Amino acid sequence: MTDDRLIIAGREFKSRLWVGTGKYKSFAETQKAIEASGADVVTVAVRRVNITDRSKENLLDYIDPKKYTILPNTAGCYTVEDAVRYSRLARAAGVSDLVKLEVIGDEKTLFPDTAGLIEAARILIKEGFIVLPYTNDDPIVAKKLVDIGCPAVMPLAAPIGSGLGIRNPYNLKILMESVTVPVIVDAGVGTASDAALAMEYGADAVLMNTAIAGARDPIAMAEAMKYAVWAGRLAYKAGRIPKKLYATASSPIEGML
Amino acid sequence: MDETIRIQVNGEMKDWRGGMTVADLLRELEIATDRVAVEVNLEILDRTTFAEYRLRDGDRVEIMSFIGGGTLCIGEGTSMIALHG
Repeated sequence: MTDDRLIIAGREFKSRLWVGTGKYKSFAETQKAIEASGADVVTVAVRRVNITDRSKENLLDYIDPKKYTILPNTAGCYTVEDAVRYSRLARAAGVSDLVKLEVIGDEKTLFPDTAGLIEAARILIKEGFIVLPYTNDDPIVAKKLVDIGCPAVMPLAAPIGSGLGIRNPYNLKILMESVTVPVIVDAGVGTASDAALAMEYGADAVLMNTAIAGARDPIAMAEAMKYAVWAGRLAYKAGRIPKKLYATASSPIEGML
Repeated sequence: MDETIRIQVNGEMKDWRGGMTVADLLRELEIATDRVAVEVNLEILDRTTFAEYRLRDGDRVEIMSFIGGGTLCIGEGTSMIALHG
């Protein structure tokens, strides 16, 4: 799989599994899980530094930005203004123009506000950002995002943190056929088979957080996800057999008594 | 010059030494200047200007960095926000 690289906006990625860094019990656990996952892209959020307790450790002491691509997100942003502001802060704090853009539409579903997403993406792209948008499994919205200059799209499989797996495989398939840029299935994966399925459908990568961090054994689940993404990718490239209603014998009839 | 100024840092109002720069503030708060973004009155500063930028009475300063989120969240008002990849 080493020659099967994912390329987005001229950047090459070794892993097709990307992981988030929230919800872990400790930074040490985060670090071990990321290592077990084999991911080379990790997402982070942008928040206020704790100025009253400086004893708190920093996430980036555990995740070496030289070893991993740090992908800041705009999680928790409900408006275009906030998403743009957090993206700019992320760029000012970090080292790259990459941003995983989220404009959340609703607290209960955390579904993206796709109108706001397109607006924020347009502003940020004009400012030179490489915008990877967290979007719905809507092929039309995905096409619009690509048209305005997003070098990849990140449609959800199911609501964030729900673990429901791919709720609308047909929409996702249409979406993948509709755009020419890489598609990273983001959010909603519950277990390894969900990740494998996303890759079998033709996703270029899968991004997850809760499915690993929330598992009883996050480090073991991280490893399971690594193999699931590999297996799914290999199966996609190998080309599956068509589904048929009736049996086809796999042993020859000749030579039978 | 050495009169105290009242500024808000990450939501917290406090008296600080007059004439202090952003770099001074970060030093006093023991915050390393790499991998933080500083916003003063909604304007993001270029890292290279930290040492020259003098804070004034009434300024609102935000010092931001990267976190994993969830149970590890830093700063006020972030614990209820659902964070993910």
